[in-house]
Amino acid sequence: MLEFLESITGVPTPLLFGQLLLGLINGAFYAMLSLGLAVIFGLLNIINFTHGAQFMMGAFVAWMLLNWLGLGYWWALLLAPLIVGATGVIIERTMISRLYKLDHLYGLLLTFGIGLMIEGVFRNEFGSSGLPYRIPAELQGAWDLGFMFMPIYRGWVVLFALICCLATWLVIEKTRLGAYLRAATENAALVQAFGVNVPRMITLTYGAGVALAALAGVLAAPIYSVNPQMGTNLIIVVFAVVVIGGMGSILGSVLTGFGLGIIEGLTKVYWPEASATVIFVIMAIVLLTRPAGLFGRA
Amino acid sequence: MIQASRRSILAAGAALGVAPLSRARAQANTVRIGVLTDMSGTYRDNTGPTSVAATREAAAEFGASHGFAVEVIEADHQNRPDVGSNIARQWYDQGVDLIVDVPTSSVGLAVNQIAREKNKAYINVGSATADMTGPACSPNTIHWAYDTYMLAKSTGGAMVRAGGDSWFFITADYAFGHALERDNAAFVRAAGGRVLGQVRTPFPGTTDFSSFLVQAAAARPKVIGLANAGADTANCVKQAAEFGITRRGIKLAALLLFVNDVQGIGLQTAQGLVCTESFYWNMNDKTRAWTQRVVRRTPTNYPNMIHAGCYSATLHFLKTVAAMGVAAAKASGVDVVNRMKAAPSDDELFGRATIRADGRRLIPSYLFEVKSPAESSGPWDFYKLLQTTPAEEAFRPLAEGNCPLVRT
Repeated sequence: MLEFLESITGVPTPLLFGQLLLGLINGAFYAMLSLGLAVIFGLLNIINFTHGAQFMMGAFVAWMLLNWLGLGYWWALLLAPLIVGATGVIIERTMISRLYKLDHLYGLLLTFGIGLMIEGVFRNEFGSSGLPYRIPAELQGAWDLGFMFMPIYRGWVVLFALICCLATWLVIEKTRLGAYLRAATENAALVQAFGVNVPRMITLTYGAGVALAALAGVLAAPIYSVNPQMGTNLIIVVFAVVVIGGMGSILGSVLTGFGLGIIEGLTKVYWPEASATVIFVIMAIVLLTRPAGLFGRA
Repeated sequence: MIQASRRSILAAGAALGVAPLSRARAQANTVRIGVLTDMSGTYRDNTGPTSVAATREAAAEFGASHGFAVEVIEADHQNRPDVGSNIARQWYDQGVDLIVDVPTSSVGLAVNQIAREKNKAYINVGSATADMTGPACSPNTIHWAYDTYMLAKSTGGAMVRAGGDSWFFITADYAFGHALERDNAAFVRAAGGRVLGQVRTPFPGTTDFSSFLVQAAAARPKVIGLANAGADTANCVKQAAEFGITRRGIKLAALLLFVNDVQGIGLQTAQGLVCTESFYWNMNDKTRAWTQRVVRRTPTNYPNMIHAGCYSATLHFLKTVAAMGVAAAKASGVDVVNRMKAAPSDDELFGRATIRADGRRLIPSYLFEVKSPAESSGPWDFYKLLQTTPAEEAFRPLAEGNCPLVRT
């Protein structure tokens, strides 16, 4: 079987397994980020272009907690999403909330502008070449899986991302709060008439979506260069993931995130030059055949 | 109402018409230097505000006692050739006498063309491509601080001599990465080594290099050559450590690494890397004293060879202008560059250095190893010197560059 696989793919099987695994790990980041975007779009109808900057802020807050307050990775995992989420709440209350009655385009432009400004401030303050952040001592080292060395930290990232995605899905699909959220998405005025404070719920949802981005940022800090541009590269891919999965579909964005991570990983073996493009090719095909996305409702 | 607004428009138009004239009169005795650089992108720390600071430092040290004023202006080319070309054109048309720095090879080569068209002076410090003094060489251009050939010869050559005779390249998929890989592969082969393969990574847009690193390690080379720069290199080094590649005895060669990149990666991860620069702030008393003067302007970023190059280039340019007279210097960029080539440059950072007919300035290159955290005595103390390549051997021989200026 293994020889057969090797003969049709032209790549040694162990290498192929390794690449599938690496694709899955990258998919975990895509899933975490697209999840936040999907939650925000689902309820607020805002395409949150600040998401990349908020991912970057998560990583920077982790660095600040360590270097200014001496609080390590585990604290950052808890505190960075809260801090960045709080800034999200402020942004929603003071700016985004004024745009709900207008076309999508205004929200897109506003959040895009805010993202650029946040990145500019961080670039002025911290420069462009990045900051060092180490893998926590408990997660250093690697497992020898036979076909590749699997860093323990990457295993942790996949596990943690899966738990986050599952928890978010459970909250939205299986709890009373989630039921309110979904109801408000369908008809906000009616839900408000039942005595639910919809504006506050919307604010907190935006905060939660932002917190998810920041959480992904903390996860990324030990393995990617922590610099002000780190969100820009990733976020364009993540938007493609959301579009392919279907705007606003929670499960769709998670599954597509992992799936596209794997496809991208395989492209890196067979045609590395195209690995940054493949996701957009898939996006084009999906939009032509299923305009609402793979899991979206038209 | 309508009349009033018409009148104000006329008045404004008249003012606009007069302004350039009066400015032009004031300009006759002002030498203007434009620093065209990356102020907002991935190369901001390697070039950017610190290049501007170093250029201003040179202008300040040169002083106003030579009968003309010096003005330094700056702009962000956003790493885009179209944006860079537009600014260069505008600057030269508005009386800028020298454009300096211009990192990112694609932008650097575009401005090279415009300087020639407008017959103005151009000193490229920030771009790496050795084509600047090869097929693209120009009588208006000097390439000041480093190039891909010099990096390849120093870093690549030293690693092959140290036993690293089989290589795999991870290459940024654009002009700069290809040139760096090409020049390095040539040295590896010339020294009897083998190139086992290469993988071309999309630029920009690649964050995760683990897949490429695992592919490279699977070919079992002794050295993985990183033909990229900035955040790409930082990500590669970080992730190679994570995947235990360096612990398995495979060496990493960062073919273009600046002191600022080391700051970003952190010594813990970067220790043991070898890299090449033509300047290091902590080399001697003169470089340290100069660095203190520049760091006053950019306290969070120390100068590298590009920043030192901008300083040294500006100083040599201003000395040349003073020697030939402002009017003559403004009349022809080729004349200025010829005068700059005729007399060696001489400053505290690089010492005396000659400039070749193809525009290549000849200076020694230094091979450094990144210190371990224990060896480092303080902030930004990152390098120990392994080896010096003398000026006359550091760069591609004149005859091998295919520069049209040389053949005639």
